[in-house]
Amino acid sequence: MSNLIKGNTGEWEMVIGLEVHAQVTAQSKLFSGAATEFGAEPNTQVSLVDAAMPGMLPVINEYCIEQAVRTGLGMNAKINLHSVFERKNYFYADLPQGYQISQYLHPVVGLGEIEIDMEDGSTRKIGVTRLHLEQDAGKSIHDQHPTKSFVDLNRSGCALMEIVSEPDMRSPEEAAAYLNKLRMILRYLGTCDGNMEEGSMRCDVNLSLRRPGEEYGTRTETKNVNSIRAVMMSIEYETQRQMEVLESGGQVVQETRLWDPNKLETRSMRSKEDAHDYRYFPCPDLLPLEFDQAYVDKIKATLPELPDQKKHRFTQEFGLSLYDASVLIAEQNRAFYFEEAAKGNDPKLTANWVINELLGALNKAGLDLSESPVNAKQLGQLVARISDNTISGKIAKDVFAIMVETSQDPDTIIEEKGLKQVTDTGAIEKIVDEVIAENPKMVEEYRSGKDKLFGFFVGQVMKKSGGKINPAAANELLKKKLA
Amino acid sequence: MSKISKEEAKRIAKLARIAVTDEEAEKIGPDLSNILGWIEQLAELNTDNVEPLANVANIDLKKRKDEVTDGDMQQDVLANAPESMEGFFVVPKVVE
Amino acid sequence: MSLTDLTIKGALEGLKKKEFTAVELNQAHIDAMAKHKDLNCYITETAGHALTQAAESDKRYASGNTLKLDGIPLGIKDIYCTKGIRTTVASRILENFVPTYESTVTSQLFAAGATCLGKLNLDEFAMGCSNETSYFGNVISPWKSKSEPNKQLVPGGSSGGSAAAVAARLCMGATGTDTGGSIRQPAALTGIVGMKPTYGRCSRWGIVAFASSLDQAGMFARTVEDTALLMNHACGHDEKDSTSSPREVPDFTQSVGQSIKGLKVGIPDEYRIDGLPEEITAEWDKGIEWLKSEGAEIVRISLPHTKYALPTYYIINPAEASSNLARYDGVRYGLRVDEGGNLNDMYEKTRAAGFGPEVRRRIMVGTYALSAGYYDAYYVKAQKTRRLILQDFEKAYEKCDFILTPPAPSAAFGIGEQIDDPIQMYLNDVFTVTVNLAGLPGLTVPTSLNSDGRPLGLQLIGRSFDEETLFRAGAAIEKCANFKAHPFKGDAA
Repeated sequence: MSNLIKGNTGEWEMVIGLEVHAQVTAQSKLFSGAATEFGAEPNTQVSLVDAAMPGMLPVINEYCIEQAVRTGLGMNAKINLHSVFERKNYFYADLPQGYQISQYLHPVVGLGEIEIDMEDGSTRKIGVTRLHLEQDAGKSIHDQHPTKSFVDLNRSGCALMEIVSEPDMRSPEEAAAYLNKLRMILRYLGTCDGNMEEGSMRCDVNLSLRRPGEEYGTRTETKNVNSIRAVMMSIEYETQRQMEVLESGGQVVQETRLWDPNKLETRSMRSKEDAHDYRYFPCPDLLPLEFDQAYVDKIKATLPELPDQKKHRFTQEFGLSLYDASVLIAEQNRAFYFEEAAKGNDPKLTANWVINELLGALNKAGLDLSESPVNAKQLGQLVARISDNTISGKIAKDVFAIMVETSQDPDTIIEEKGLKQVTDTGAIEKIVDEVIAENPKMVEEYRSGKDKLFGFFVGQVMKKSGGKINPAAANELLKKKLA
Repeated sequence: MSKISKEEAKRIAKLARIAVTDEEAEKIGPDLSNILGWIEQLAELNTDNVEPLANVANIDLKKRKDEVTDGDMQQDVLANAPESMEGFFVVPKVVE
Repeated sequence: MSLTDLTIKGALEGLKKKEFTAVELNQAHIDAMAKHKDLNCYITETAGHALTQAAESDKRYASGNTLKLDGIPLGIKDIYCTKGIRTTVASRILENFVPTYESTVTSQLFAAGATCLGKLNLDEFAMGCSNETSYFGNVISPWKSKSEPNKQLVPGGSSGGSAAAVAARLCMGATGTDTGGSIRQPAALTGIVGMKPTYGRCSRWGIVAFASSLDQAGMFARTVEDTALLMNHACGHDEKDSTSSPREVPDFTQSVGQSIKGLKVGIPDEYRIDGLPEEITAEWDKGIEWLKSEGAEIVRISLPHTKYALPTYYIINPAEASSNLARYDGVRYGLRVDEGGNLNDMYEKTRAAGFGPEVRRRIMVGTYALSAGYYDAYYVKAQKTRRLILQDFEKAYEKCDFILTPPAPSAAFGIGEQIDDPIQMYLNDVFTVTVNLAGLPGLTVPTSLNSDGRPLGLQLIGRSFDEETLFRAGAAIEKCANFKAHPFKGDAA
C-alpha cells in the first residue's frame, strides 16, 4: 500500500510523529494533594502548591510514578531506573510557577514500540521515543470577556505522561491506528482513561513532507488536536498546506500551529513565538527519581494481558479470524465478556454472537457493554443451546431478542415458550409421514426425478413443527422415506 | 569572553519578561558582560569526567501517597489576586 | 540590667521565677523598636500580635504548663511567610502580599511559645550582602565607626534586619536564611551569633525561594547557647519539603560547654587570600590560639577549588533565582502593572516595576546562563565545579573535625560604599558560599571589635549534619573571646 500523495511537481511522503499527553489516572495531583476530578468549580481543586504561592514546594505522588512505569512496560519500553525532573521555563497565564516541572534529558521511560493494526489486516510497529512525567497547566478561557481572559487552575499540576512517538507514521490512517492502539493500551493498563473529550488525552501532531527516499523536511507542530478524527483532518489539512508552500517554491517554517476545530484548519500560534528557549535545568526542589529493578518487576507482575497479546491468543488459541479478534480486544471488558461467554463453548460461534448479535443489539439500543441486559454467562448459555441442538440458530435469534428485552436466562425462555427442538424420532417420523401423506402428487413428482422438490418437503416439515425440529434430522428421515 | 550587545540584552530581558527601555538596554549589556566575564574564569578549570551536582541532599526522593489531602480553598487561592471574578483569576486578554 | 539585654536563657529563667512577665519582656522590646526605628530593622511591626502571644505565655507561666521558648520575643526575616501578616521579601512586587499560611520553621518556633515582634528587613529577595537592595530602604547597623562616627555602617546581608535587630536588642533572637552567607556574614558584621545548619535540616516550606539548592533557614541570637536553643525548634523533618532530611534533631544545647579536647581543627590554606586585611588574619590567628588553648589540634588542610566557588555560586544562584522568581507575574498575587496592553505587556511592566536593580540583574544573568547555547558552558560547568568543591570538603574531613575560617573578608563597611560595583559586593561572600555549595553547616561567633569599633567574628564549618561539633567549638571560642561589647554602651569590651 503506497501512502504517497501526488502533487503538481511529483510525489510527496508524509512523515508524522505524535506527542500524546495522557493524564495519569490518580486521585491527587503529581506534586500536591489536590483532587484531579474533572468538572469542578473553578480554582476549587487547587492547593497553594498548584497556585505557586511563594515558598511552596512539590512532593511527588508515588502512584503516578508507578503508573508511568506501568505504561512504559505496556509499550515494551525501557524503564530508566534513574530519571530527573527538570524545570521547563516559560511564561503563560495558566502556568503559575512560570515553569513546568517535566522530564527532559532523563525521562522515566525510554525506547518502546506500539503495534498498529491497519484496515487490510496488516500490522506495523511504531517506535515510541520516550515517556516522561510532567505537570499539566491550568486552563485559560478567552471567550467570556472582551478584554480579559479567565484562568482556572484546577487542572494545574495534574500528572501527565507525555508519550512521544518516532516519526514513523506515513498516513492519517496510521496516525489514527497508533492513537487507537495507544489509547487501548492505556485503558487496559488503567493508567489513563483516554477520554479525549474531557482532555485527559491530548495530541500534538508533528508533520513534515519529503520526496520519497529523501531526508526529512522541516516540520510543524500542531497543537490542540483533540480527537482522532481531528488528528486525521489536521494531517490532511497540514499536508495540503505544506505541499502548496513547497510546490510554489517556498519553505515550511518550523513553528507551532493550532488546530481550529471550527474552521477545520491549522494556524500559526504567535504566543509560542519565543517559546523555544525553555531553559531546562534540574528542579532543585526535587531529587532524582531512583528505583531498583525489583520495583519494576513488581509492577510488571501486575500487568494485565495487553491488547496485542490477547489478539494473538484469540487467533491462536481460539482460531478466531484476525478481524474478529481485533473487534473483541478493542475494549478490555469486551474481551473479558467474550472469554466468559466462550467458556465451554465453540469460540468461533461465540465470537459471532458477541460481535454480530450482542454488539449490534447494544449499538441499536445505544448501550455500553457494561450496561448490557444480557450478561456473558447468559450469552454463553444461549450459544451452548445451539451447540447441543436444543434450539436452532434461527430460534436462538428469537430467544436472544427476548433476552435483550427481559434479561431472562435463555433456558427459562426456551422452557416457557416451548422452543426446544423436537429430538424424539417418533415425533419427527410422525410429522414426516403426515407431510408425505398430505402431498401425494409432490411425492410422485419427486420420485420421478424432480430433486428440487426436496426443499419443499423440508419446509413443510419445519412449518408443521413450528421450526422446532432439527433440520438435519428432518433431512435424514425425509430422504429415507421418499426414497 | 561574552560581550552582551544591546540586542542580546533586550532578548534576555524579553525571555525574563522584564521591560527595558533602549536606554536601560545600553547599560545592561556592559553590566552583564562584566559579571559574565568574571564568572568565565571557571573555564580554566578542567572538569572532564566530573559528574554535575544538582543537589547535595543525600536522601531518596520523598514520595506522597495518592490521596486527596489538599485543595478546596478557593478563597485562600484567590485572596491575594490583583483581579478575580466568579472564582477565576482575571488577566489581560490572551490572544492565541 | 535592661530586659532587652538578657539572653534567651536568662529571660526564660526570669520568666519562670516570675521576676517579670512575658508581656513586660515583649513590651521592653517593643519600646526598644520604637526608640531605634531609625535603624530600619523592621519592615512590618506586629507589636499587638506579640503582646497577645505574650499574654498567652503568661497564662502558661501562671499554670506551670510552659513551653520551651515561652514568651521569647523573636523577629522574623520577612522572607518567611507568616499567616495573616504581610510578607514582602523586601520587594515592591510583594509589597502587599498577605500569606494565608505559615512557614514550617516559624510555626515550629511559635508552637514552642516564641512571640513575633515583626518582620525583619532584608536585601530584596535576599539578594545582597549589605541590606542595601531592600525596597523598604537599607538597614543601619547599630555599631559605629570610631574614626568616622557619622558614617552609617551596613549590617551585612541579606539577613541584615535580623542581625541588626538582634545586635541592637530589638528582639532576643531572629530567623534568617542563608543562601551564600546571608546569616553568617551579617552575624559577623554585627557582633552576634548566626547558624546556618546543614542543607535539609530546616524545612524550606513557606520560605520564599531564592536559590533552592542553596537556601537554608537558620537562627541568630547573641550567645551560642541561645542560638542552639532556637535551632532545636527551627530544625526538623518536614514531609512538605522533598529536600528536608528525616534525621533526628539532637538537643543542640547539650553540646554547649562540652570540652573540645582532641578535636581536630582544619585551617584551609586557600582561605588566606590576597589582600585580606591584617585585622581579619589576626582574628583568625587568635581563634586558632583559643582553640589550641582549649585542647584542640590544628591541622593544615587544602580546599583547592575555593577560588572557583564564587563564580560557581554566581551561576547556580542566579540560574535558580531566575526560575524561582518567574512566579511573580502579576497574575495570582503581588503587584500588577496593567496599562491596557496584552498579557505580555502586563508581565514585563509588572516585573520591571516590581523588582529592584539587583534582582533584575540576577534574573537576567540566570536567564542567560540557562539559555540555549550557554547552558553547558555556564550551568553544567558550575554543577561540575560544585561537585569538586564538595569533594574538597569531603577530603578535608578525613583529616579534621571542623574548619575554622574568617566569616567575611572585612568588617562592616559604610552604606553606599560598594553598592555600585556588583562584583565587589559579591566578593563579600568569598568565605561563606563554599559552605552553601557543599550544603554544610556553618556557625559565626563574635570575637572582638576592631580598632575602629566594628565587630569581628569567626566562622566554623562542620561536617554534614554535625552542627553539634560547631556548637561545642563555638561555645569554646565564645568563652575564650569573652565578647561583651554592646552597640549602645560605648567601649564595654
